[in-house]
Amino acid sequence: MIGEDIREAKIRKLEKIANQIRQDIIKALLNAGSGHSAGPLGMVEVFTALYFHILNIRPKQPKWPDRDRFTLSNGHINPVWYATLAHRGFFARREFVTSLRKLNTRMLGHPHNLATPGVENSGGPLGQGLSQAIGMSLAAKMDGKKYQVFCAMSDGEYDEGQIWEAIMFAGKNKLDNLTGIIDRNNIQIDGVTEDVMPLEPLRAKIEAFNWHVIEIDGNNIRQVVEACNQAYGIYERPVMIIAHTVPGKGVDFMEQDYKWHGIPPNKDQAKAALKQLRTLGGRIRSEHE
Amino acid sequence: MLFDDGKHMLNSQAKLSKKLFKDDIEQVAPRDGYGKALVELGDKNPNVVVLTGDLSESTRSNWFAEKFPKRFIEVGVAEQNMMGIAAGLALSGKIPFISSYATFNPGRNWDQLRVSVCYSMANVKVAGAHAGISVGPDGATHQALEDVAMVRALPNLYVVIPCDAIEARKATLAIAEEIKNPAYIRFGREKTPQFTTDQTPFKLGRAEVFRDGSDVAIIGSGILVYNALQAAVELVKEGIDCMVVNNHTIKPIDRKTLADAARKCGAVVTVEEHQINGGAGSAVIEVLAEECPVPVVRVGMNDSFGESGQPFELIEKYGMGTDSIIKAVKKVLKKK
Repeated sequence: MIGEDIREAKIRKLEKIANQIRQDIIKALLNAGSGHSAGPLGMVEVFTALYFHILNIRPKQPKWPDRDRFTLSNGHINPVWYATLAHRGFFARREFVTSLRKLNTRMLGHPHNLATPGVENSGGPLGQGLSQAIGMSLAAKMDGKKYQVFCAMSDGEYDEGQIWEAIMFAGKNKLDNLTGIIDRNNIQIDGVTEDVMPLEPLRAKIEAFNWHVIEIDGNNIRQVVEACNQAYGIYERPVMIIAHTVPGKGVDFMEQDYKWHGIPPNKDQAKAALKQLRTLGGRIRSEHE
Repeated sequence: MLFDDGKHMLNSQAKLSKKLFKDDIEQVAPRDGYGKALVELGDKNPNVVVLTGDLSESTRSNWFAEKFPKRFIEVGVAEQNMMGIAAGLALSGKIPFISSYATFNPGRNWDQLRVSVCYSMANVKVAGAHAGISVGPDGATHQALEDVAMVRALPNLYVVIPCDAIEARKATLAIAEEIKNPAYIRFGREKTPQFTTDQTPFKLGRAEVFRDGSDVAIIGSGILVYNALQAAVELVKEGIDCMVVNNHTIKPIDRKTLADAARKCGAVVTVEEHQINGGAGSAVIEVLAEECPVPVVRVGMNDSFGESGQPFELIEKYGMGTDSIIKAVKKVLKKK
């Protein structure tokens, strides 16, 4: 539950889960033969922290009315969403690993709310998720519901005008049940964000719209949990967590290389990636090293 | 069976206004019917919410805002965000109506309509006001003449074009109360003849025969259905007997009524305040090509943009008025 501190033993446990999630992502992408590698790997700690510590959810009742809502705006990183949902018990890990992007399955290339248990929104065309999350946040306020709304976004989609419309609206309406998380990995399809379309000073821009902004190392589970808990304590303003992440995190030849944005590993690359992940033993530059 | 004076051959079941062809027929803007229905829905269902993009007065959503301020959301001039927020509200159990001009809504936010709403099966009702060339002096930028073509290809979406304020009210109620699909409803700005009545049948997806006839079927959508009736009455004097069909629901379209009309008359004229490419007329001829191919002439905007002018001057200039419909009927008769 949000607001709950996290103990060291649990962080260690979640780091192991995060490592398994990474391995599942690699296996699924290899089987799929297409899809995005860098973004999903970079966001594993954020998803793990949310689904295993922060979100108030019931995997066997995905439509439970009082659940916290999580929406994904940059739908192309959904291998990490599926992998996390599978580990959390929404469906079988095997289903994800074997059927991602294949015909007649629930593991569609981009998220679809009607297809996959636990998937709240449809997305892919960038810039739409925050507006969807705002609608959920407004509905909670109107109905006097306590559930929290989260929206994960990419940094590249901050090129889209709709995002800024949404930022402006949420600030005006003081949506303090809303927490945005930007995957600040500095890459997009055509290169690094500051070359394609500079975003900095991103924090100052968002703060100027009456948001509370927290910057963290997005690959550190404790920091993700603490940022969410801090967000929970902020009233009268929505909160944006700028999660600085390493694209391709955990696989050295994918890390920090924008070319891995939109492609899957081949057989040899997947083998090498899995070997690296297994030898990491569940620790990726962890505070416990 | 026949209408009051007996000579117009109107379908008595349609229960059209007794003042149909009288000078003192009431003139009401279809958007007023929308605004009225929103207030009724607000009373009946606490989940109905209304959003606007800085156009509350001219879309008549201010009537709802005055009565239900907590369920009214002003999003500013940000139609894309408005569509997305509505999707989130709908996925949380609300029935959002989003109100703006058709040129922006769905003109500006079609991608959000496609993914956040239609693909997600979010129960969002999109209201496009100031549609058609009858917007008048504002000119081409504000005359939505492509909106039906834009939305008609989207799965899950209902598309409705009411013919007057009374039908706009009924259609607004129906899309909220009878379906859980997203819907697009379009209406014009001007006061136009209120020629249907509360008793006129209205069912989503069912076209209504307003006048029976056997020579040509005039299949109209929106306010020009009135002109189609006027044309039919004029043509009687020349011995031409036209059926007039009010085809208000473009999606899902009433294949049976349209095919029956074509089969009976053997020739069709479509009438709409929209580009002839991709709009309601195109929807009709797609059905007829499959079910009952007959000669067709389309009345509508002929692949051009509008300009400034008085609403009904523009309708005349761009060939969508009563005289143009009469000419189209004569033209299609020659093809029979």
